[in-house]
Amino acid sequence: MTQQRSAAGRRAGTPLLSVEDLHVSFGTEDGLVQAVKGVSLTLAPGEILALCGESGSGKSVTAMSVPRLLPPTARVSGAVRLDGRDLVQLNASELRALRGSDVSVVFQEPMTSLNPSFTVGFQITEVLHRHEKLSRRAARARAVELLELVGIPDPAGRLKEYPHQLSGGMRQRVMIAIAVACEPRILIADEPTTALDVTIQAGVLDVFRSLRDRLGTAIVLITHDLGVVADIADRVAVMYAGRIVEQAEVTELFARPLHPYTRGLLGALPSAARLDGTQRRRLREIPGMVPAPYSDPDECPFAPRCPIAADDCTASRPSLDRQGDGDGHLAACFHPGLSTVEAVDA
Amino acid sequence: MPDLLTVTDLVKHYPSGRGRTVHAVDGVSLSIGPGEVLGLVGESGSGKSTVGKCILRLTEPTSGRIVFDGTDVTHLSRRGMRPLRRDVHIVFQDPYSSLNPRFSIGQIVAEPLRQHGIASGRAATEKVCEMLERVGLRAQMRHRYPHELSGGQRQRVGLARALVCEPKLVVADEPVSALDVSVQASVLNLLTDLQRDMGFSCLFITHDLSVVEFLADRIAVMYLGTVVESGPREQIFTDPQHPYTKALLSAAPVPDPAAQRGRRRVVLSGDVPSPLTPPSGCRFHTRCPVAVDRCATVVPSLTPVRAPDHPVACHLVTEDSVPTLAQ
Repeated sequence: MTQQRSAAGRRAGTPLLSVEDLHVSFGTEDGLVQAVKGVSLTLAPGEILALCGESGSGKSVTAMSVPRLLPPTARVSGAVRLDGRDLVQLNASELRALRGSDVSVVFQEPMTSLNPSFTVGFQITEVLHRHEKLSRRAARARAVELLELVGIPDPAGRLKEYPHQLSGGMRQRVMIAIAVACEPRILIADEPTTALDVTIQAGVLDVFRSLRDRLGTAIVLITHDLGVVADIADRVAVMYAGRIVEQAEVTELFARPLHPYTRGLLGALPSAARLDGTQRRRLREIPGMVPAPYSDPDECPFAPRCPIAADDCTASRPSLDRQGDGDGHLAACFHPGLSTVEAVDA
Repeated sequence: MPDLLTVTDLVKHYPSGRGRTVHAVDGVSLSIGPGEVLGLVGESGSGKSTVGKCILRLTEPTSGRIVFDGTDVTHLSRRGMRPLRRDVHIVFQDPYSSLNPRFSIGQIVAEPLRQHGIASGRAATEKVCEMLERVGLRAQMRHRYPHELSGGQRQRVGLARALVCEPKLVVADEPVSALDVSVQASVLNLLTDLQRDMGFSCLFITHDLSVVEFLADRIAVMYLGTVVESGPREQIFTDPQHPYTKALLSAAPVPDPAAQRGRRRVVLSGDVPSPLTPPSGCRFHTRCPVAVDRCATVVPSLTPVRAPDHPVACHLVTEDSVPTLAQ
């Protein structure tokens, strides 16, 4: 299957997945935690969308709402449409059919996501039995192919091994093999390389790229690592306090970040260090802390930490609007693109 | 000036049942000058944290020599170590488990002062308040407990505890790895400021190259229990010589899509071998894209080849050539 590789080309088609005004909240002892507050996004076939943001920004909850892998206390509203079908309305058995076949997940922790008491082969073929109704022999042959696809040497030998016999990078590859066993149309990867060393990470990212190129899998990549985003994503959505604050095609976002939060994140990277007046190497800091998730005042949620916040920022909340001349760059800011560096240094 | 810390041929082997041995650290030599920041870089299992633990004598070295401030501390008794502990402190990675949840922040920061009999009572409180303010926390914070603090605040408390005795050496083991990038930036800025102002030496242990590039004066790169290359920061980043250093630098993604996608990346085949059975010869030869026969049999020594302050352990680095990793 050949893929239209340009992001713009892919966006032109109808979306495979669309999330509309998603709200997710959890009842806790301390009150209602609003984890996701009105997120809308789309995913085209074969597209790699990065959801990035810091801890507690709602990126994982947003992505896990698609296969609805959320705690039972979660209250979900809004729509999650896959080919026009609203996944929020599905019952338990419909969801089971969906998970693993249309939508699959690769979790962060390769050490705990595999069952230690079963062989790698058993865990891969289980998915194939469940969804594809393959015979034992056919499933085994397919499992060997899958391990080959994710770059595991001696795949036939590995099938008999248990997870503890594999390194972290190999386990993560097995997780990916399981996730793509039924050729899902959407793969959700939650910090898939965070627990891995950089030399291993490069190989795992190559696996994602080749899955997209060969099978046309659309990927939602949840990550806090902007290096990984720069490496693999077609489009990026930056989340802050339960909302998308900026969204753009990847080169556009890094070249022209418009939201002060995105600019702050990029400036805080150690590689962005610059010398200050006393010739000390400094990193740009984002002062303050993420707002508590219990309340949601009608103001820009980033305003208390924003170096360019003005009166209008606390008077109402900016919506995620198209910026510039229609190249799909969205930002939720009343003063997009105003240089935070100048504001800070002034 | 003589080095503050010299580690010579440090070996740490852990028994691992059935007569097997984990070769965590196998012959590491390094030194840190007064006021110098040495970045010790390596991936998981490279032995970088074990080196730090041996220096602090939190684990017993198998062999080798550790000289701190003129004293051989390799086999010093617990009692003998005690006065030196005033001068060497550690900051741990996990800001959640490294603070006692039953102690108030004030007690945590005052504990080293109490242990070493430096200050007590009102004098200790004064020092604690001053230290908390130096790390960017309000003095009133001393009445709070760890669970009331964010990760970044806790890491500042960890720094305050390590620095309150004004040590000569701070071992920082992945102190910012558990923090979000914006919080990480403020802790890194703080650490460099304090280091400049207080003048302590620092062994900064990390897997993150961009962090050592930001704050280290010198860098030592570890692979599977050995140092493969060390040198001044700029030299390691602009003129890496060991194939592993080159691979590590090329594998770390840069946050710039155009640059990142245009880069030539060296993807290493295979996994890091088990430290139970480290490869013969050069430990990197099983994954090295340019290894020759000799690499599998002869252990390369860490020697200066092209510059006196930039030793490298590779047979293929000679005075007039450095291996290139073509992809």
